[in-house]
This record gives sequence, C-alpha cells and structure tokens, in this order.
Amino acid sequence: MEPVRELESALRRTGYVCDESLAVVVHLARVMHRPLLLEGEPGTGKTALAEAVAEALELPLIRLQCYEGIDATQALYDWDFPRQVLHLRALEAAGATGGPADPEEAEKGLYDERFLLARPVLRALQQSPAVLLVDEVDRADDEFEAFLLEVLSTYQVTVPELGTVRAATPPLVVLTSNRTRELHDALKRRCLYHWIDHPTLEREVEIVRSRAPEVSATLAGQVVALVQTLRDDADLLKPPGVAETLDWARALHHLGAEELDLALAASTLGALVKHREDGERVRAALARSESP
Amino acid sequence: MSPLAAARHEADELLLGLVEALRAAGLTVPTDRSQAFLAAVATLGAQDPDRTRAAGRATVCAGPADLALFDLVFDAWFARPARPGLPSPPALAPSRVASVDAVPADGNDGDPAADPELHAVAATGSEVLRHRDVALLDSAQRRRLAALFEALDPAAPLRRGARRRPARRGRIDVSRTARASMRQGGEPARLLHHRPRPRRRRVVLLVDVSGSMTPYADALLRLAHRFVLRAGTDVEVFTFGTRLTRVTRALRVREPEQALARVGLAVPDWSGGTRLGESLQGFLDRWGRPGLARGAVVVVFSDGWERGDPALLGEQAARLGRLAHRTVWVNPHRGKPGYRPVQGGVVAVLPHIDDFLAGHTMATYDELVEVVRGA
Repeated sequence: MEPVRELESALRRTGYVCDESLAVVVHLARVMHRPLLLEGEPGTGKTALAEAVAEALELPLIRLQCYEGIDATQALYDWDFPRQVLHLRALEAAGATGGPADPEEAEKGLYDERFLLARPVLRALQQSPAVLLVDEVDRADDEFEAFLLEVLSTYQVTVPELGTVRAATPPLVVLTSNRTRELHDALKRRCLYHWIDHPTLEREVEIVRSRAPEVSATLAGQVVALVQTLRDDADLLKPPGVAETLDWARALHHLGAEELDLALAASTLGALVKHREDGERVRAALARSESP
Repeated sequence: MSPLAAARHEADELLLGLVEALRAAGLTVPTDRSQAFLAAVATLGAQDPDRTRAAGRATVCAGPADLALFDLVFDAWFARPARPGLPSPPALAPSRVASVDAVPADGNDGDPAADPELHAVAATGSEVLRHRDVALLDSAQRRRLAALFEALDPAAPLRRGARRRPARRGRIDVSRTARASMRQGGEPARLLHHRPRPRRRRVVLLVDVSGSMTPYADALLRLAHRFVLRAGTDVEVFTFGTRLTRVTRALRVREPEQALARVGLAVPDWSGGTRLGESLQGFLDRWGRPGLARGAVVVVFSDGWERGDPALLGEQAARLGRLAHRTVWVNPHRGKPGYRPVQGGVVAVLPHIDDFLAGHTMATYDELVEVVRGA
C-alpha cells in the first residue's frame, strides 16, 4: 500500500483518528529525518499523536517533559553519584581484606557506563529507532531550546568521559507546544510544523467510538454534538478538548448512561469543564437544549 | 536533460513561484524552508494537491497566523492559468501594509541637524523635559525625549528559582560537600552551601493604542522598545484598541525609529475605539491563561476609557489579577492635577490591580521601570 495511507490506517488501528494532512506530515518527518513540531489548543491530541505513532510503528516511546528550569543534565545524562560512592566503598572493603586495589583503575571504573544515568534524549539516541516526545517545549527556557536544536540537528551527543553517542537511525522526534511563548526561529526551521485543530463532528464521533468503544453510539453522538456546540458558541473560558470529550463520555458510561440525560450530565460536568464560570454556562446551555 | 528531470525541474519552478508569491504576500520564507518544501513534495510526488498543500504548510509555515495566509496564496497560485508568469498576488498584500500612514506622529520628519528649533530645544534642560507631559511636547522636544529613552534601563524582576547555585551561606550543599570530601580521600571537608538561583520573571506590556491614547502611544511604545531591548526574551508586548496585536517581534530591532515603524505596520487598529474588556479577555484566552501571564508582571497602559461593558472589564481584570504575580496599571491622566478615578473602566479595574501609576512624563516612566524591577 502507499506509505501515507498505510501510516494513516496504522494510526487508526491504534485508536488515533487523524486526517490525511497529519499523516502526510508524520510520514515526511520520518523519511526526511526532521523533528515534527505540533501546536494547537490543549486537548487536541498532540501528545496522543506521539504515543500513537510509537505504537503504530512498534517503536519505543521516550518522553521528555519540559518545564521551566530544565537543563541538559535532565535531558541528556547524569552520573549516579551514590552508586559511585558505593562502588568506591566496595573497592575499599575489598582492598582491606585482599590485595591493594589500583587507584587509577578504581577511578576509571567510576566513569563506567553502568554509573551513567541516561536521560530521555540520550536514551532515544541509544535505543533508536525510537520515538522521542519532547512535550511542552514552550515551557523550557531558551537556553534549553538552543541545546535541543544542537542535538536535533546532529542526532549525536558527547559524554566527555565516554565518547560520542550517535543514533544509527535518527529517532522520530515529536515536539509539542502550547504557544505560551514564541519558539525561536532556528528551532522552528529545523522542524516540520503542524497545527492540530479541534476535529469536525464526524471525526470526533469517530475518535470517541474508537477510543472508548464501550460507550454507546447514541451517547457518543450526543456528547460530541453538545461539546461541539459548546466549543463554538458557549464562550467558555476553557473550551473542552477531545480529551475532555472522552473523559465525559466515559464518565457518563460508567454511570450506566446509554443516552444523555440532563441530571447525569449536570452531575458529571466536572469531567468536561474545569472552571466554575464555565460550569454555569454549560448548565444554562443544557437547560436550553432540554426545554424546547 | 532527461524528460523526467525536466518534469521535475518544471514542478520545482512552480513551487518556487509559489514561495515567491508567499514572500510577496508578507510571509518570511528562508531558503532552507523552501528547500525543505521542494524535498517534501519530491518525497510525496507532486500529483495530489492536498498533499502538496500539507507539505507546504508543514515546511513553510511557522505559526497559525501563517497557515491562513498560506492557504490563500496557495489557492490563488494553483487557480492561475497553467503558465505562471511573475508572482503577482497584490490583492493580498495591501491588508498587511495598509496602516503605514497611521503611525503616530513622531519626530521622524527630515534631518534633525537642519532643524532650527533644535537649538532652542537644547536650552530646555533635560530635567525640565523629564517632568513635561509627553502629550504636550512639540516635535523637537519629542526628539530630545527619544534620546532620554535611550538612558532608561528596564530590567525584568527576579524571582526565586527551583535550581540552586553555590553560595557562601544558605543551606548545606550535601552533594558538593561530599564530592569535595571525596577529593580529599574521604577526609571531612569544609561545609559548602548553596542558595536558590534567582531567575528572571516575565514582563508583559499591554499598550492601549486607541484614539484617546494617541498622544501617548509614541512614548509608550518607545518605553516598550526599551524593555524589549534591555530585558530581552523575558518581555512580551501587545497593543490593543479594538483588537489585540502581538508586537514583541516587531520591536526586536535595535533602532527605535525602525522598531516603531514596524509596529506601525503590524497594528491594524491605530486610534480606533477601546474595547478594553474584550481586548483583555482576548489576551487572557489566547495568551494569558496558557501561561504567558502566569507569574508574570503585567503592565497595562491605558486611560480606562471603556466603550464596552465595564462589568466584563472588571471580570477580566479579576482573572488577570489571579494569574499574574503583579498587575500594574499605568494611566497617563493619573498624575495630572484634578484627576479622579471615576471613569467606568477605571472603577471596575481598581480593586484588582496592585499598582496604579501615572504615565505621562519621563519621570513617571523611570518610576515604572523601578516598580517593575522590584516586583
């Protein structure tokens, strides 16, 4: 089969329903060895895409969660200091009972691969082919971004004590961003860019049906229809994403609902909206939809 | 050239023509991006227009704003008759440059050396100028004032960071102490300490460019420009009136006049009305809540003349107050004799802000810089 279509259906088998343009971009990222930068509203499935791609391609998924203040040692590697000390103590103990240990050997032994704590980026290079998810890269500082850029353009990393680690096949890198700040042009230029929008009605129903098959078809349709109108008209502080739609559908299902009923919907709203003001607006919208 | 290579070549030319058209429409497309576009289309095969579009969006665009423009130009380009001549999408271009003329009047009119007024101005001591209302200055005084802005040195305030750095006092740094002791063969070593490493706090400036603020827009944008230059990546600047525009990038050039001209190009709503509440809501929904305002120092420059509903403004100001570390309201009229905060907008906002500052003279801008630095 043709590769893009094949990828699309492989993703679909894992439960990730995507449109063709997204499949095209993932395919391009694979064959062009370019990182893929995903942006879009929260809850549209940016992180889920990386998980689905890993599953579809049967590759390990390695995840790096970014946060303010993250630095290279948390992304690359660190030395396991307590174990190094323990190792020295063990040598000391052995030296006390047996023959004299060679101090130089002992020191060299400290920078052995077994004391190396490989963090996500290094692990992705070692285990490649793999999928490396750099989640919420916009939360990290720009210094970290510059560091990422370097790794992503060469797919290699140097540990001074050990030498250079180079990925045999570059890992498929997926970066996600919520646009809390503008990323640097240099990083963006390395990446393929894709903006994930909220899905259409049909697609969202399809997503709910495939991710939560236990939910009845009627309920899925009603939930999605309601969520879509909320997203468009209700003027919410935080319009629900696909993740919230799924949560809500599942919550209703767990309470035994086969169809949407007002009382259940009102009591499970917490799965859908996370602001008090939004809750009130949705309740009002529900009441409106019920009355005519 | 083989027939296949020739076909390839022609396809590339068509695509490069599209790239040219995109550039003409105002999109920045560096060469490596256009190369990536060609490579991507070559990988996919150029038959399917939807895929070509997907490849273009992924390689050429850098943000959601680019995507819409890309689609417009893409459609226009491929709807053209088969033989493309020079790229000519002028229908798209004007919307982006329409507001050039609307840049607020500043001292940018001709050679300053040839200006006879300049000598007279030199007599106006800078100390006097510092306390003059910037709205009442003539063009020569404005030029002098522009030079005073150069001396402003805004900085982002510091906050406590999660990471630590070595220090003389503070908590004991166990790992460094242990390492030092290891270096001495396990002999007890000096106790080493560490302290939290301060980090810079983000500063967000929201500048009202509506009609009632026009006399101050020039000075406030110069101030914003200083912030962007001095405090760099920790500063974000937006303008608002009837709509919200992010101008941080436009301000990121060294030369102030050039930066202001770039802002002039970017902002579509100079001297219009104010919908303060809606603008603030737009800012919070689009940027603030996703994280930009969280823990930041947010400075709003506005006179509080609200055309919309003050209740909405109050609600949004409360949201902002909950998100931001400190909210500062700078009102040019605040420092004037006889001013009383009675306008609907001001009354709605006052309970939710931390500082209410004047903003009509150079001296008040100095004060603002200090407030932000110490926040």
